[in-house]
Amino acid sequence: MHRFANPARFLRIARAVQPWTAAATLIAFAFGLYYALVASPIDYLQRDTVRIMYVHVPAAWLALGAYATIAVASLVSIVWRHPLADVCARAAAPIGATFTAICLITGSFWGKPTWGTWWQWDARMTSVLVLLFVYLGYMALWSAFDDRQRAARAAAILALVGAINLPIIKFSVDWWNTLHQPASVFRSGGSTIHPAMLTPLLIMALAYLLFFVTTLLMRMRAELAAQRLEVAAERRALALEGAE
Amino acid sequence: MSEFFAMGGYAAFVWTAYAAAAIGLAGLGFASWRRMRALERKADSLRAERRAERGRA
Repeated sequence: MHRFANPARFLRIARAVQPWTAAATLIAFAFGLYYALVASPIDYLQRDTVRIMYVHVPAAWLALGAYATIAVASLVSIVWRHPLADVCARAAAPIGATFTAICLITGSFWGKPTWGTWWQWDARMTSVLVLLFVYLGYMALWSAFDDRQRAARAAAILALVGAINLPIIKFSVDWWNTLHQPASVFRSGGSTIHPAMLTPLLIMALAYLLFFVTTLLMRMRAELAAQRLEVAAERRALALEGAE
Repeated sequence: MSEFFAMGGYAAFVWTAYAAAAIGLAGLGFASWRRMRALERKADSLRAERRAERGRA
């Protein structure tokens, strides 16, 4: 009974929490966009292109955050076999892939006017592109198995192996000579961004995080409903066999 | 106002980047909501059906 009690409790909590996180997401985006597009100053070198940072950097943070979520959930799935861990990991993947794609596209539209190139095969950009492919491979692996348990096991192992890419992405700008600039917020010695630009960045990051939580809850609920339908279909098939 | 949209001459880059982010997030959010609603409705109606069947038997 323990196996079913947990998802049931999760569903109750998710249904109660989700309207609030959804509303908070919209409010945070409204404030964030106002600060990012209107109330923040231009950069003396980047001019108005600095505003692209406010949609690019949170996408990069959450691309890594979503993957970390998948990696932790996969570990929990393998070690404790918690029934919600696989559901969480699978639900987070399309969100993380979307964040990664947004990160790459917005970065490109910042790079062209600022660096003079859409793309460079430097360590930061290449490792983030690899992250996108890991996400796509992870999602493909889930749908490659008919048996959910086996799919979950294979996907969890892929997710844990792929987690090696996270420190590579984070430290790529320190380990290699990249065109991409090094960290300016999460660095030893503290942030080097002026508060006038740090404020919109952090509000947008909060908006992205709330979006992640809200969408994760929706996708987990969908996944649990899909599981209920699968169980019902199996039960029906067994009943028909028994009737023959 | 037109100054705001011009983005200091970088309108094409700034607005395309913001549009890409908006389309990506709104599209994923909407698709996830629709999928959740469809699957939950199907699962709930199936459960109601089974309960009705059991009631008859």
